[in-house]
Order: sequence, then C-alpha cells, then structure tokens
Amino acid sequence: MSDNFEPKILGILCNWCSYAGADLAGTSRLKYPANIRIVKVMCSGRVEPTLILKAFQEGADGVLISGCHPGDCHYVDGNIKTLRRTPLVARLLTQIGIEPERFKQVWVSASEGEKFGKIVEQMVEDIKKVGPYQKKMGDQLDVVMHEVAASAKEAAAAEEKGGSNCGS
Amino acid sequence: MSDHKIGVYVCHCGSNINGVVNCAKVTEEIGKIGEVVVAKDYKYMCSDPGQEMIKNDIKEKGLDRVVIAACSPRMHEPTFRRALEGAGLNGYLLEMANIREHVSWVTKDKEEATKKALSLVKGAVKRVKLHEPIEEREVPVTNTTLVLGGGISGIQAALQVAEAGHKVYLIEQKQYIGGNMAKFDKTFPTLDCAACILTPKMVDVGQSPNIELYTSSEVIKVDGYVGNFTVTVREKPRYINHDKCTGCGDCASACIMKNRIPHEFDEGLSKRSAAYIPFPQAVPLKAVIDDGNCLFLTRKKCTLACVKACGAKAINFNQHETIHEFKVGSIILATGFDLFDAKRAPQYGYGRYANVINGLQFERMTNASGPTSGHITLADGTEPKSVAVIHCVGSRDENYNKYCSRVCCMSSVKFAHLVKDHCDAEVYEFYIDMRTFGKGYEEFYNRVQEEGVHFVRGKGAEVAQIDGRLVVIAEDTLLGQYREIPVDMVILNTALEPRVDAEKVAQTLGISRSGDGFFMESHIKLDPVTTTTDGIYLAGCCQSPKDIPDSVAQGSAAAAQSLAIIATGKVKISPISASIDSEQCAGCRICIGLCTYRAIKLNEETLRAEINEAVCKGCGTCAAGCPSGAIRVSHFNDDQLLAQIEGVLA
Repeated sequence: MSDNFEPKILGILCNWCSYAGADLAGTSRLKYPANIRIVKVMCSGRVEPTLILKAFQEGADGVLISGCHPGDCHYVDGNIKTLRRTPLVARLLTQIGIEPERFKQVWVSASEGEKFGKIVEQMVEDIKKVGPYQKKMGDQLDVVMHEVAASAKEAAAAEEKGGSNCGS
Repeated sequence: MSDHKIGVYVCHCGSNINGVVNCAKVTEEIGKIGEVVVAKDYKYMCSDPGQEMIKNDIKEKGLDRVVIAACSPRMHEPTFRRALEGAGLNGYLLEMANIREHVSWVTKDKEEATKKALSLVKGAVKRVKLHEPIEEREVPVTNTTLVLGGGISGIQAALQVAEAGHKVYLIEQKQYIGGNMAKFDKTFPTLDCAACILTPKMVDVGQSPNIELYTSSEVIKVDGYVGNFTVTVREKPRYINHDKCTGCGDCASACIMKNRIPHEFDEGLSKRSAAYIPFPQAVPLKAVIDDGNCLFLTRKKCTLACVKACGAKAINFNQHETIHEFKVGSIILATGFDLFDAKRAPQYGYGRYANVINGLQFERMTNASGPTSGHITLADGTEPKSVAVIHCVGSRDENYNKYCSRVCCMSSVKFAHLVKDHCDAEVYEFYIDMRTFGKGYEEFYNRVQEEGVHFVRGKGAEVAQIDGRLVVIAEDTLLGQYREIPVDMVILNTALEPRVDAEKVAQTLGISRSGDGFFMESHIKLDPVTTTTDGIYLAGCCQSPKDIPDSVAQGSAAAAQSLAIIATGKVKISPISASIDSEQCAGCRICIGLCTYRAIKLNEETLRAEINEAVCKGCGTCAAGCPSGAIRVSHFNDDQLLAQIEGVLA
C-alpha cells in the first residue's frame, strides 16, 4: 500500500439534517479531509443498496450514509427504514469481500457540523488502514451489480409472462 | 443519447471560494467535456450581472441545462431556478455543485480543494443531463393561523394576524396567557411596569373576535404541509364551566387545601388552594382546579366546599379532555423558555439557603401584586441591608450552557436599581462581562452605576454560609484579588434554557433544533423566523434567549410571514414525488408498508400499486425498497443519482 493513499469516499446525505449539518461545518469554517464527495437525497430512506454498490464499482474506497437522528426524521420515520436496511447492506458488502471499515451509516443533525467533520476524519483514517478498495477486489462487484440488475429484470419479465401475483 | 447544451458557471463568491478553489482551472477542465458548451467563472454568480450572464447564455447559445458551482443549494437554488425560468428554461433543469460549504470552507489544501470541486461539478454535469422539467405544484392556502404559546411573542403574533382580519387559534399549555412576562414587575431599560404594557394586550387577545384562545391545551399531532396543516389539539379539563365562572375566587377561599400548595405563578413564594385564580390579571380570568392536588379528583374524598361556595354553579367535576382539530395555513411557534434550575449548580446554595433566590422569584417579590406585596424581604420578614446579584448562573458555562442568555446583564442591573429603590441596600453585581447592547441599555447601566451599585468583575464562584451569614466568594479580576463579600440576600440570575418539552414539540412539528436545544431557524442571519419546514415560523425565546423588544419584533415578523402566504392565497409546494411504472410493478406491496403517509394503495383491479401524488412527500423510501425498481422519484430517480455518483467519483 502506498504511503500517500488518499481514499475516495462517497457520502449520501439526507437533505434536511445531514446535508444541512455538512453545510454548517462549512459556515463554521471547520476543516476536515477533502476525501468525501457528497450526494444529496431527500431522505436517507431513499438510499438503496444499488447506490452503494455503484459507488464501489466506480472506485470509491468507502461509503458514508447519514440521516436525521431517529425521531427527528423530516419524513417521520424514513431513517428507521435506513436503520433496518443498514445491517443487511453491511452483510451483503462483507459477503462480497468489502471490509466493514468501508461502509458507515450515521446520524448527523443540522446542528452537528463538528460531528460531521469528525466522522469524515475518522472514516478516512480507518480506510487508510485497510488500503485502496479496487486493487483488492477486482471486478467482483461488476458481477454483483450485473446480477442485481438481471434479477430485477427477470422478476419483471416473469411477472409480465405469468401475471400471477405473489402478494395476492 | 441526445446531445445537450450545458452551461457551467463557477462562482468565486468573492474570495470565499476562489481563495481556496482555483475556479479558473475548474472552469477550464469542465469546459473540455463535450456537451458543456459554455463554461464561465465569475466573481458573484448570484448578483444581477451574474444572473444576467446566465440568462443571456440560455437565450443566445440555446443552453438546455445549467450547472452552477457555488454555495449550498440550500442557500441559492431558488434564486438560480428563478434565473433559469426568467430565460424560459424550467427551473429543474438546474443542478448546483456545493463548492463553498462542502469544499472551500472546509478544506485547507488548495490543490485538494480544487480537485474536490472539480469532481463535484463533474457529478453535477452528469446528473443534469438526466434532469427533466418539473412543474411546481401550487396549492390554495387555508387563511387561518395557529399560534402555539401565549407569552408576549405569541400574543404579539396572534394580535397582528387577527388585526389583519384573519382567524387565529392561540394554544397555551398553561391555564392563562402572558407567559413569563406576566410574572415580571418592571421591564428594562425604561422601567415600564410589565403588567401595564402586557395586560392590555392580553385583554385584546381575550376580546378579539378573530382569536380563538385555548388554554390548558397542547398540540398532539400535526399533519399536512404549508398552507394546509391539520393540527390536533388536546384541551385538558379545568373542571370549571367557563361560561358560568365569574372569576370571583370564592372557590379558592373555600377550598380545604387553601394555603397549602406552592403557587407556581409566585415561583413558590406563596401558597394557593387546589381551586384558584392563577393571578389577578389572568386572561381568561377563570378559576382553575389543580387535578394533581384536588382532594376530590385525587382521592374522591372531599367536602366539596368549593362547589358549595360557587354561587355561579360553575364547578363541574365531570369534565373530560376535549380533542380539537384545526385546519390552518401556517403555524407560529412561540413556546418560550424554561429557567435554568439553580439547584443544578449546587455551589450557589439555591434550595439550601433560604435567602438565595432566582431572578424570577425576585420579580415576584418586587411585584405589587406578588407574595410580599412588592416588599423585598428576607425569609424572616426583615429587609436586606446588602444584596448580591450573580450573573451567568448556568450561562456561559461549559458545565451547563455555553451560550450567553442575553437578558441577564440587563435584568441584573434592573434588580440592582429595584433594590436601591425599594430598600436602599448595598448591591454587589458579580459579572463576567457586562453586555448591555440594546437601545437605551448602556444608558441604563450608566445610570445604575451612578446609583452606587458595586460591580465586581468576576463570576461568583460560590455562596457559603459563614456564622449564619451568606458570603459570596469570587475572584475580582480587576483587582486581581480573592474576595469574600458577606450579604443578606443572593439573587441568582439564571440561564434561559430550551423548554423541557422542546424535543417532543420539535418531533411533533417535524422541525430541527440547534446544538443548544433551541428550535432552529432556516438561516441564522437572513431567515431567523422561518424553520426548515415551510409554513412553520418561530417567535421569541423558543428560538434563542431574547429580551422583550426582540421577542415582540420576532412575533410581528412571524405574523408577517403568516400573513404573506395568506395574502398570496396559494403556495408552491415541492414537486418532488414518486410514481410507479405499472408495467414493472409486481404488486408485491412492499412499498405500501414502507410509506408513512399511506400514499400508496394497491389497485384491486390491476393488482399494481399506485401512488397518490397529492399525499406523497417525495422522500423516496418506497423507491429504495422496490424489488422491481418500478418506482421513480422525480428529480431523485435512480439514473440521476447513479450518474451523479459516477461523476463525483470519476
């Protein structure tokens, strides 16, 4: 591992709390590592595993998901769905060989600019310890992504043909 | 894929961005992308010439997509959307890259910052290609307002909306309105009597045909959105028929519990009955029965002396709580503050030494209708010969609250004046810094200095009792000396804190709180009245500690916000919503369970899920959960997000 490895982290932040929290870090002129690239969603509940897999596929070394604290969600309980989804995503990632350091799900409120900076700092430090992602994993992810997409299409196609409904 | 004509504009924001990010380089690099037909950097993109430049390019060069790399979209996205619309382009064909709050302001290294800025802009360019025009939804506004909290700022807001001819529901948790100000005696810096300036406003509230007042009430649920909220309010039983009660107080005199319960309005300095009139000027001036102390309500055992004494036959123990539902266009939050409990700072002996009191207790003591009829007295009934006022108890203190409570310097100076005025005792003020910043405040401070008050620059460290006498221990930082000053009475000027139920209220209304626990404004300088939720406004101390002039000003400002949306008659609401592609939907119903707003239903005929867009809030949780990828969230669809991710990581 080269000494000057700077991990690339994708941050997916909810509009109401965490994006505003990251903005506050800015207005407070707090400095944190430039390794994170932030993408906004309306609610952390919007984050589906595909987005996370896509990030790794595109060369991210880590993914950070952040939403409002439980109880403070702008959409009442969208973040609770995030909370339920997180362990499943984490397990999926471990199964395909992505180290736990590379995926983090946190709560950052609109007033926690300092906390946001610290989280990024810590994550950069943790990922530096495990090294760059792509080099280790090769194209395994592309296979998974492909499978995810294919199975979705298959399901839709099967539905189209059979017309039967598993829910009814 | 069709070719787009994208314009990219990189803002310097003076030196805010350009001082760290090499804007020219970002512009040059991004200009190399094929579909970017215009790439420009400019000093202030949000300025008139900046916006004009964008509009001209849209018209002249036929741009069909615009990326603006500048401040946070939370700041200027609406500004630039309007600019696009001004040039005939749909506002949603814009994407902003946040290179100020998320880059230049948080990054030390210029090269790193420039690199990061460039990747964010690349993400925006990839995303904007997939943007679609979206029409904003306009909905009619209910022309009523709900004001939560009947202190001075809530009263001011309610009166202003009512005077403009619109209906107001004023909800107050206590049995009376007036809030903390009703307890005050004199107000700084003019020494107006609080009751003289507040009571007429309280009476106006009671008499206004446009204000429906609900005391002993609390908001338990808020549904809907700006212009169209449905608020559920629980009104607790008072066990008094308001139509019959004359407020005579005969029930209070007859009550068996008379003089046995500490009176909250007098901050525990007097005792009341279980049936009582909160205070002589109370609005509404009706008796209250305290269900926690009434013998009949708690033990079903009482002679019911109150019922016998009530000539108006107003007492009704069969009252139950009532649930009200109000349709309102906007909500003004004016829930006020709690006073810091001085027992949490045990070094000051509050609750341990009888003559250590807090500021509100002092207010009640000096109030002519208070427990001592306006006399400043010690526990033994005598007048004090020396009084200490300790500033910043619970404020500007790492152990309790870091913030300055803003009103205490001035109220402390007022206390000193009142002590001088009432009993001419020696007064010692223990302060960290004097902060007398308002109109007429410094002048008042000078006046009180001339009255012979001793100002000791140093935070009172401890209050001890030595040989039966109170002693304030402090370091006088001007003299560089340790001092022990014996006094008869200590007034602790305690912090203004977020109310104990602030978290619950924030969750019920879906608004944010700042780190100090107060409700959070949309922008601390430019939008201090609006919350992050459209249609919910803030007034008074629930946002941050403030004095009466500022609370009144903010009450009026909140009223103006509410009246503004009533005046326009309609509001634009976020057009972001989800929709289901019935071709792809398998009818599995997973999304139905995920939707908090019950916006998704299964069409029983087609066995496909359908979304009611009017109910959908656009969070996108359903889309994330759909196994078939059949749900599409406008402006946040999979393709757009995936493209942005690809771009920022490139």
